[in-house]
Order: sequence, then structure tokens, then C-alpha cells
Amino acid sequence: MIAETLTASLHLTSPELILGIGALVLLMIGVFAGPKSAGLVNTLAILLLVGVMGWIYVTPLEGLAFGGVFKADAFARYMKIAALFAAAVSLFMAAVRAKAEQLDQFEFPVLVVLATLGMMLMISANNLISVYMGLELQSLALYVLAAINRDNVRSTEAGLKYFVLGALSSGMMLYGMSLVYGFTGNTGFTEIAAALSSETRSLGFVFGLVFVLSGFAFKISAVPFHMWTPDVYEGAPTPVTAFFAGAPKIAAIAMLTRIVLSAFDPVFHDWQQVIVFISIASMILGSFAAIGQKNIKRLMAYSSIGHMGYALVGLAAHNQTGVSGLVIYMTIYIAMTLGTFAIIMSMRNAEGQPSENIDDLAGLSSSNPFMALILTLLMFSLAGIPPLAGFFAKYFVFVAAIEAKLYALAIIGVLASVVGAYYYLRVIKVMWFDQPRGGFAPASAGLKLVYGLSGLFVTAYVLFGGMLGTAADVAAKALF
Amino acid sequence: MLLYKAIVFLPLIGAIIAGLFGRAIGAKASEYVTTGLMMVVAVLSWIVFINVGFGAHGEGEGMIKVDVLRWIQSGGIDVAWSLRIDTLTAVMLVVVNSVSCLVHLYSIGYMHTDPHRPRFFSYLSLFTFAMLMLVTSDNLLQMFFGWEGVGLASYLLIGFWFKKPSATAAAMKAFIVNRVGDFGFVLGISGVFVLFGSINFDTIFSAAATYVPAEGAANASDVVINLFGMQLDKAHALTAVCLLLFMGAMGKSAQFLLHTWLPDAMEGPTPVSALIHAATMVTAGVFLVARMSPIFEHSHDALTVVTLIGAITAFFAATVGLVQNDIKRVIAYSTCSQLGYMFVSLGVGAYGAAVFHLFTHAFFKALLFLGAGSVIHAMHHEQDMRFMGGLRSKIPVTFWTMVIGTLAITGVGIPGTEFGFAGFLSKDAIIESAFASELPVARFAFWLLVIAALFTSFYSWRLIFLTFFGHTRADHHTFDHAHESPKVMLLPLFILSAGAILAGMVFYGYFVGEEQAEFWRGALFYGPENHILEEAHHVPFIVKASPFIVMVIGFLLAWYMYIKSPSTPKVLATQHRALYNFLLNKWYFDELYDLLFVRSAKALGRFFWKKGDVGFIDAYGPNGVAARVVDVTNRMVRLQSGYLYHYAFAMLVGIAALVTWMMLGSSF
Repeated sequence: MIAETLTASLHLTSPELILGIGALVLLMIGVFAGPKSAGLVNTLAILLLVGVMGWIYVTPLEGLAFGGVFKADAFARYMKIAALFAAAVSLFMAAVRAKAEQLDQFEFPVLVVLATLGMMLMISANNLISVYMGLELQSLALYVLAAINRDNVRSTEAGLKYFVLGALSSGMMLYGMSLVYGFTGNTGFTEIAAALSSETRSLGFVFGLVFVLSGFAFKISAVPFHMWTPDVYEGAPTPVTAFFAGAPKIAAIAMLTRIVLSAFDPVFHDWQQVIVFISIASMILGSFAAIGQKNIKRLMAYSSIGHMGYALVGLAAHNQTGVSGLVIYMTIYIAMTLGTFAIIMSMRNAEGQPSENIDDLAGLSSSNPFMALILTLLMFSLAGIPPLAGFFAKYFVFVAAIEAKLYALAIIGVLASVVGAYYYLRVIKVMWFDQPRGGFAPASAGLKLVYGLSGLFVTAYVLFGGMLGTAADVAAKALF
Repeated sequence: MLLYKAIVFLPLIGAIIAGLFGRAIGAKASEYVTTGLMMVVAVLSWIVFINVGFGAHGEGEGMIKVDVLRWIQSGGIDVAWSLRIDTLTAVMLVVVNSVSCLVHLYSIGYMHTDPHRPRFFSYLSLFTFAMLMLVTSDNLLQMFFGWEGVGLASYLLIGFWFKKPSATAAAMKAFIVNRVGDFGFVLGISGVFVLFGSINFDTIFSAAATYVPAEGAANASDVVINLFGMQLDKAHALTAVCLLLFMGAMGKSAQFLLHTWLPDAMEGPTPVSALIHAATMVTAGVFLVARMSPIFEHSHDALTVVTLIGAITAFFAATVGLVQNDIKRVIAYSTCSQLGYMFVSLGVGAYGAAVFHLFTHAFFKALLFLGAGSVIHAMHHEQDMRFMGGLRSKIPVTFWTMVIGTLAITGVGIPGTEFGFAGFLSKDAIIESAFASELPVARFAFWLLVIAALFTSFYSWRLIFLTFFGHTRADHHTFDHAHESPKVMLLPLFILSAGAILAGMVFYGYFVGEEQAEFWRGALFYGPENHILEEAHHVPFIVKASPFIVMVIGFLLAWYMYIKSPSTPKVLATQHRALYNFLLNKWYFDELYDLLFVRSAKALGRFFWKKGDVGFIDAYGPNGVAARVVDVTNRMVRLQSGYLYHYAFAMLVGIAALVTWMMLGSSF
């Protein structure tokens, strides 16, 4: 009997197991083969991530493992594939630029794989304890990644800031979890939901709820827990920033979605208010603060804050359309973000030195028309101009908000996106209308491939968006 | 049928070829194509004129209609593009195409050094097309199309030398002043539609005959239209519509109050002045009233206004013409004045005489303008007559043709007979009609016209004497190099001279004499009580001789002041400085309008711009919002201090705020 459940549990967690064992193997290779094995380890790590992605895709897993702490369903499957994809692309881009960014160390891919493992656990977590375990596994890896350029002041500063604030938020979340456990008597999501629906919630529980949500808000860098984002995005090496902007966001959003829709579903009026608040605050701050930025990485940091706000609109709607919109939003978001970061990584002056100023893009349309075209498409898409993918992302979550009668939220969101359009359009203006200065060294083929595909994705989304929407609907349905 | 379509559309084809492909085929080819097509069209229109006016008499109604295409069918409006060819149209075709053809030809020489000739010829042909569209129109909307088309071409051609600020200003002035008239015209068209339910001429004309109910009839005081708050019955409504249409005519034909654009329009190249601002476009207003004679005939009030405005214009423009120094401006005011004659003629019901004067005037006025152009050409673009003089021996051909034009405009002929230059027959017919008319203002108009005739004679001869006689006042270099124009410019002068001599004598009988009913065949409408042309023949001899007498007086005065005793004008000018300045400054109309309309419009515009748009909409709208966005941005950016403890503090404040909100906002 025990052996049977164990086998079933091991089967359900097979992707995580493969990834965990694979990470350890990669570590061994790195340790024994020495620093020169960095390239090999990186390649193997990418293959590992892609392999696990394929494994998840071909074996639809469904069920609870290890006594209910781990849940495999369609939602987890979709989000895991998205997170693995984002991680793999980030690693691929990092490999291209490893030498220049001093990332040619075998620890880097190993840490990325470990962080991804943490994300997968977060996505599937069905218990406060497993949530925390997955979160910490991911976070610890991310702290190190932020500071991986030990000799670089900005990188170490970024890592330290991230670590201190991350620890603070972890502490708050843990405190909240303990309150939730104290007032409901359970750590499992299903049991918490059952406890909440059988009795009226207490003030102490609401305290715990707010603290838990705050911890998650930190991870998705939602206002007012966003302060680390611009500094860390700017300070960390660009490939690491690209990784930060993609996969962890998916995992954190997935975890947040699952916990509020399962454990806290009976008290959705409470968490909805919190989500609406941080959503509005994120959209507004993301739009306004980005206008003042001169560094494109900081710009993308505020952009991601704003986008998390829009994504949360879908969650705040508390209906299946909203979650489906949220899932689509995250998918489109990572496609756009990865493409944009591929371009940011290609921004190197003739000597090969990276440049991060928006003004350096001046006249890109004449010096590198292809890159300028793709970045223009991506910026239009990020701003939400039809018929590009970014428009549909916003459209679905706003439709869900209207369905849920959250009119104020939808209106504020639309207005914020108008303000936000300004800074995206400014990038386009700089590229097409300003006097050229210098121009960049030719982009490497790998990065060109990434941003080319990303541009293709946002342009052609109208054609295949339906398929993606169907998959997102299936994923969202698992939570209702 | 193809004949008529060819007449109307060949100039358009020429305009398209020269306008779109002028660069490709070159200036020379553009000139030849447009001019060649115009020659064909001119010959064709003479054929049409002879056919319609003289041939095939007794063959029905004498009006040919050519359908081109359907245009608008919406609700009660059913408008088609059709060409209406009757005698009035045929006369206009001849005038427009002959003059246009000669001007095209003349321009080949005159514009020889201009680098933008294809554009120029394209505009000329475009103008011709629009004018033909106007005169062949079968309904008011089609006419309005042509009306606006000629306005556009006029605008483009006045501003042809667009690098000259005065030319662009003049072009704008012409356009804007015409808008005032066109506003009335559009309202008039709408009014016609309200009254008659159609804007097709046939329908309007047949309905107009019985439209106004008899005095004291049952429905005589029924309100049919509410115009500017006035409740108008049928008779008054008809008057209102006529006046609105006349307002359009006033704008296009530069009548008193809306005349200010015409002198300024002389900024355009001289052939343009000859074609558009003397012979054809400015007569569109006359054509409009003549065409609408079936309506105007029923409104004595409207006719009175037409007479009054015409007479005042004739007098006013002639007074201003007395003292102008620019050779083209003198002729421009002369044009304005002659148009006034035509409107008086229309006003007293002598439509035939008006069209007759239009017809002869086209020849001698185009002749004068082209002659002036030849002088200007010879003098290297000097237009001020104070710097001319003594050119008689230098450019004898131009001199003689201009003398013929002057003899024609001043009306030289033998009183009491039908023997004289073109202007003699047509102008005298108008003056006699004005005397014979029973309109209350007709006698007043008669006297103004006679005085205007005196002035006409004076300023026309003054022009000749100042330009061609006496010692030269030009600088030596210019004078020595003054040369006769090339043949391509002189040929049109010869043809027009022939017209200026003969047009009156040949066509007098048909336009206003015994054969007029045969000739017009209903194209012009005379009410049953309207026998004005008949009565005009029987005015006292002294009336018939009056134009001749004043013409001689004018000639002698001019001779005395500019040949015999050239110091007299100066003395007079200093003695009567106020009057002289009054005339020289064109009765201060430009200044008055500047004060009344231009400045107030500018002030209003400035108010809306500075206070309304910039001060309010921009300040509180886009710019204000944008500025606030920047403020908010700056504040938010300042939040991002880089200090860890600030960040941690923000998180704690956030969580505290959320907790507080949940505590206070939810029910516990």
C-alpha cells in the first residue's frame, strides 16, 4: 500500500525528480571537469530543461502526491512548460554572451536549473509547507545568481539588496503562514479551504492572509513590494536579468493563483481587495515611473511591474475567463520580455562593451534595421497596440474584469496603459527619428534568432492565438 | 453629342497631361499639347455657336442636352451630369474657348523664361475645363462644381509665383472673399431646392413661371420658408433666394463690397489676368443671373438690388481707376466697372444686353490685358506707368492694338447708328436700357453709368498717354532695351483687335436687336411685361448720344492733363489731397475691411489660439496632463532612493496599510 502510493507520488513528481537529479549530475560534471567545462554544462542544462519540458508535454500527470502536498494538474503542466521554456531560453541567451558577461562558470547553469526546480515545486505546491520549500529553493538560487559577478560592485550590490529584502519578505510570509495555520489549524490548501468555509473567518486569519499575499507580491514585484526590482534588474548581469524577468514571475504568479483559488477561495472578497489594490498600484507605478528612466534595463523593470499589475487584473476577476486571460498574459509576457532582453543583450558598441542607455538606440533604424524593426514590434506589443500579441493579452484580462463588474479596475488599467504607451513609443521614436550615434556591433546569430522568433510571435499571434487560448482555458479550468 | 463632350473634356485632358506628365514630356510639349487642344476646342465651339445660334432655326426648343453620367440620387435630390447647350451656353463657349485659346498661345511667349511652364499650362487648362463645366451646367450643383473649380484655378494661378509673398496673400484674399459670396450661393441653391424641390434648371424654370401667386390670392401669404428668423411667403422667399444667388454672383464678379480681391489678383501672371480676371471667370456672376433670369424676372426687389449694386460698382471702380498708377490695376478696376454695367443691364431686365456686353467686353478687355502684358514684357516687368512713357515708337504693334482696345472700351462709334467699335454698341445698349427702365432706381443707375462712362474714357486714355506718349520716364537701360514682343504674343493681339472692332457691329442684331428672339430662343427669359430692349430703341437721341459726349469729354480731359499740360494732375492732386488719397486708396475699402473683419477675425482667432487652445485646452488637456505625469514620475523616481532601509520601509508601510484597510474595510 505504502509502496504503491510512493510509486504513484514518484511518478507524479517525475519531472521534478529528473530535474533535481540532473542538477546534481551537472554539478558533479562541473566540479570534476573544472572551470573549462562551463560551456558543456550550460549546453547540458539547456538539454535537461528542454527534455523535462518534453517529458511534461508527453505525459499528462494528474493527481496528488505525498499526502496532498504536491498537486499535478493541467494548470501546473501549462505553467511548468512556460517556466521551463523561459529558463531554457534564458540559458541559451546567457550561453551566447557568457564570456563577455563573465558568466562562463559552471555554477551558473546549475543554479538556474536549481531555481527552476524550485519554481516547479512552487507551481505544484498544495500545502503551505511545500510552498515555502519551493519558494526558498528558488529564491536562494536567485540571490546567488544576482550576485554571480562577484567582482562587479553593481552585481554584488544587487545580490545583497535582493537577499536582504527577500529575507524580509520570506519572514513576513512565514509569519502570515503561521497565522493562517494558527487560525485554521491546517497547512494543506484543501483543508484550509474546508476550515474557512465551515466557520466565519477571524481577524487573525485576515492578518495572516495579508502577510502571505505580501510575500507573494514581493516575488512578482508588485507595488508596494517592488522596490528591489529596478535596482536588481539594473545591477545583475543582463542574462540573469532576462532570467529574472521571465521564469520566476511565472512561478510566483502560478503559486499565487493556486493558493488564492484553492485555499483562500471561500474568503475571496478579502483577497480580491488586496489583489485589486496591488494591481492598480502596480499598473500606475509601472506606467509613471518608467517614464523617467534612461536605462533600458530599469525601464524593463518598471515595465514588468506594470505588466504584473495587468496580469493581476485577470486574477482579481475571480472567474475562469480571468485566469485563462492571466495564463495567456503570462505566456505573451515572457515571449515579449525574452525578445526584448535578447535585443538589450545585443546592444554593444563597436568595441563590444554593453550599453544600456535608451539614447544609445538613436538611429538604430538606419544602422540595424532588422533589430529596430523587431524592437519596434515588441515595444508596440508591450504597449498593447493591436494587432500584436500584447493587445490580446490586455484585452482578455480587461474583458474578464468587465465580466466580474470590476469597472474601476478596468478603466484605471486602460488609462495606465495609455500613460505606459508613452515610454514604449519613446523608444521607437529614438530608434526611428533621432540622429544615429555610432551604432552597435553586429548581433550574434543566437540572439538574432531569439528576438526574431519573439517578433514573429507577437506579429503572428493573431493567427495561432486560438490554439494558445484553448490550452490556457484547459489550464484555467483545472482550478475551478 | 461627342462634339459637346469634346469641348468640355479636352481641356481637362490637356490639364492632366501637362499637370501629371509635364515633367516627363517637358515644358515645350506641355505647351503644345494644351494649346493645341484649346485650338481644337475653340474651333469646335464656334461651330457649336453657329449651329445653335444661327443654324437649323425652327427645330424645336433650341436646347440640346447631353447626358454624361448620373451623379447624386438621394431622397428628393436627383442630379445628373448633363451638358445644357443653348444659345447662352454657346455664347459663353465661344467667349471662354476663344480667349482661353489665345491666352494659351500668348503665354507660350509671355512665360517663355519661367521654369514651371507645365504647371502653368496645366492650371490654365484646368481653369478652362472648370469654366466650361460652369457654363454647360444643367443644374445648380453642377454649376457650383464649376464655380468652385474656377475659384480653385484662380487661386492657383494668382499664387502661381508662390515665392512672392504678395502673390500668395492675393491668392488667399481672392479665395477667402469668394467664400463669402459662395456662402450666399450655397444658401441660394438650398433655398431653390426648398422652394422648388429640385435644382435642375428645367424643373425650376417651368415651376418659376407660376410660382408667385397673384396679388390677393388665397395662398399669397402662406409661409414657405423660414430664413434667418424671417417668415417669408412665396414672393418674398423668391426674392430672398434671388438675393442669395446674387450674393454668389457678387463675389465671383467682384461687385461692390466684395470687389476687393480683384485688383489684388493682378499679382498673377498677366495672361491669367486676361483670361480669368477680365474675360471669363469674373463674368460667371453675370452668367449666373442671366441663366437664372426665369427666377429673377419674378422678383422686382431682387432686380432693384442687382441694378443698384451694379451701378454703384460701375461708378466706384471707375473713380478708383482714375488715379491708379499700376497699368494692370487700372485695367482691373476698369473690369470691375464694366461688370457693374452688365449687372445694371441684368437688373433692368435687359439680359441680352448684359450678355452682349459680356461678349464684347471679353474681346477688348482681354486685348487690353494682353497688350498691357506686352508692355510689361517689353519693359522687363515694370508695371508702374509713372516709369513708362514714349513707348509708341518702341513697340508700335502693341501700341496700335491697345489703341483699338481703348477705342472699343470707351465706346467710339456714331451715335444713332449701329456703326462703331464693340464697346460702343454693347455699352450704349446698357445705358439706353437703364434710361428706359421703370425700376425706381433705374434713373439713378443711368446717371451713375454716364458718369462712369466719362471716367472710363478718361482713365483709358490716361493709360495710353502715360504709357506710349511724351518723354520716357523709364531709366535709359530699360527704355533702350524695350522691344516688341514675339509673334506668338502678337498674333492673339491681332485676333482680339479684330474682335474688338467687329464683335459689336456683327452681332448687335442678334444679341439685342431685331433678331434677338430668334437668336436666344428662350435661353434668356423675358416676362410678358418686359419690353425693355424694345423701349431702349426709342429713348431720346440725347440719351443715345450721352455716352458719346462724355466719352469725348473724357478723352479731351485726358489729352489736356497728360499731353498738353502734364503738370495739371500734380496740381490737382495737391489741391484736392483728401479726395486724391481717397481714390488712390480705393475708398479705403481694404483698410475698412482690415479693421472690421480681418483684425477682428485675427483677434478672435488669436483669442481662441492663445487663450482657448493653448491656454485652456492644451494647458488643462494634453500638456497639463503630460506635465502632471512628469510630476508624478519625478516623485516616483525619487522614491527609488537606492537605500535598502527605504525599500524595507516601503514594504512595511505597504503591509501596514493593507492590514489597516482590511481591518477597517471588512466586517468583523
